[in-house]
Amino acid sequence: MSNYMIVGQYVPGTSFIHRLDPRAKLLIIFFYVIFVFFANNVWSYALLTLFVLVTIISTFIPLRFIAKGLLPVWFLILFTFLLHLFLTKEGPAVFELGTFSIHLGGIQMGLVIALRFLLLILMTSLLTLTTTPIEITDAIESLLHPLKKVKFPVHELALMMSISLRFIPTLMQETDKISKAQASRGVDYRTGKLKERLKAIIPLLVPLFVSAFKRAEDLALAMEARGYQGGEGRTKLRLLQFGIRDYIAFTLFILVIITLFIVRN
Amino acid sequence: MDITFDQVSYIYQPRTPFEHRALNNISLHIPEGSFVAIIGHTGSGKSTLIQHLNGLLRPTEGEVTIGPFTMTQGKKLKEMKELRSKVGVVFQYPEHQLFEETVRKDIAFGPLNFGVSKEDAAKRVNAAASSVGISHELLERSPFELSGGQMRRAAIAGVLATKPEVYVLDEPTAGLDPKGQIEIMDMFKQIHQQEKVTTILVTHSMEDALKYADYIMILNQGEKYLEGTPEEVFQEEARIQDVQLRLPESIRFLKQFNEKFETNLSLEYQSVSSIAKNVQAVLGGYHE
Repeated sequence: MSNYMIVGQYVPGTSFIHRLDPRAKLLIIFFYVIFVFFANNVWSYALLTLFVLVTIISTFIPLRFIAKGLLPVWFLILFTFLLHLFLTKEGPAVFELGTFSIHLGGIQMGLVIALRFLLLILMTSLLTLTTTPIEITDAIESLLHPLKKVKFPVHELALMMSISLRFIPTLMQETDKISKAQASRGVDYRTGKLKERLKAIIPLLVPLFVSAFKRAEDLALAMEARGYQGGEGRTKLRLLQFGIRDYIAFTLFILVIITLFIVRN
Repeated sequence: MDITFDQVSYIYQPRTPFEHRALNNISLHIPEGSFVAIIGHTGSGKSTLIQHLNGLLRPTEGEVTIGPFTMTQGKKLKEMKELRSKVGVVFQYPEHQLFEETVRKDIAFGPLNFGVSKEDAAKRVNAAASSVGISHELLERSPFELSGGQMRRAAIAGVLATKPEVYVLDEPTAGLDPKGQIEIMDMFKQIHQQEKVTTILVTHSMEDALKYADYIMILNQGEKYLEGTPEEVFQEEARIQDVQLRLPESIRFLKQFNEKFETNLSLEYQSVSSIAKNVQAVLGGYHE
């Protein structure tokens, strides 16, 4: 598949970021997302941008790959920028043509929102780029563990998440395979009237559903055959443990946040 | 239709960490009316190669020519539907592509897409169903009610009904019972002989390659490793073993027999009884 979408894709590696405890990564990102909204001047944005860039570089994932993978997101960022550019009527006008005008406030606002958006997307996609889906669900299960006290089905939720994440690539492959098989039988997904193209989806969807149900059944059988009975009394092969690396990461992050509060207005 | 690959390479996800060169500088020629077996173990590039044959993939480098159609990296083929109506592909586990309400409709799906008239399609459905051994009652059933073997046959009938000039078969008998395997392969051989269609069989099975093909190509890691008539290819025992493949049992027997008795029995495909006869002739009058 020549698919450039990298949101949700994992790139194997052994960098510092790759080897962090997934819980540490989740926690840092959770607070990072909140603190992005505290930035309110050039210096605070510069600090956050620097933080993100340093993080990206330390993953050793090629910059070009990340930039290319965010192609669909670039469009969204550009769109929000343009919206603000044309619709925010604050500050002195820098350009006027009849009723149409661009204001300084609009440019500022557009840049700020676009940058904020970019900072959020980059950091969150770094999480999935450097962490396997299994690690992420393990981390969520472990972080949500206290909720068990109020009878919240944490384990089941984590299991559902990991199963659905696990089957995304499988279903993509299956879709690719079936659409190729139907294309060989003369189905045309690319040209023709809209109605015909919609009709062309049926030969793709029916086999896809059939195989998804079959897979679900097989999986349930396989799990039962291996003695799965839910989370009760289940132990983990890979125990999550905070190490020196994670404390370094926490310390660095806290330093960044403290600096953020010093430089912001 | 002649098929020619001129220095074809195919790269999956180029310029990403997942870049993978599945085909590397492959040149080959398949003349019209031949029966070619493409062999190689998993990951050798077989499936990638056959997807070039009906335009599902376009070469990253080089040029693919199928009859009057030419495909290169930059150029989109306008007559894609025409190409696909001429090249019929039976994919691995083709039963996964069944979707219609009845087997009859599913078999007619391909021909109708390629613009065959309704009456003509109906005739083709009956002919294709009887070729693969699907009875008339089964035609009115839902394809999902059939057994695994019957589903496979129905799916194959769907390709037969498009009456292609080139058959591309990607392990068409994997997972069938032994009798079904022989029936399906014999049917393809018969169609090949009667209608003089070019047939390309992708397989793991050296036995099938020996029995049905008149030319063999072995792929290894995306490159053409060995090619020739079965007789020529099977001389290269050591090179074949180097890529985790094995000579067919009958060939191994004949080779060892030739060595031991200093005879020169042919390595061409022969049935068991014909081998027995030849062996008996050498050993001379050894009756039970």
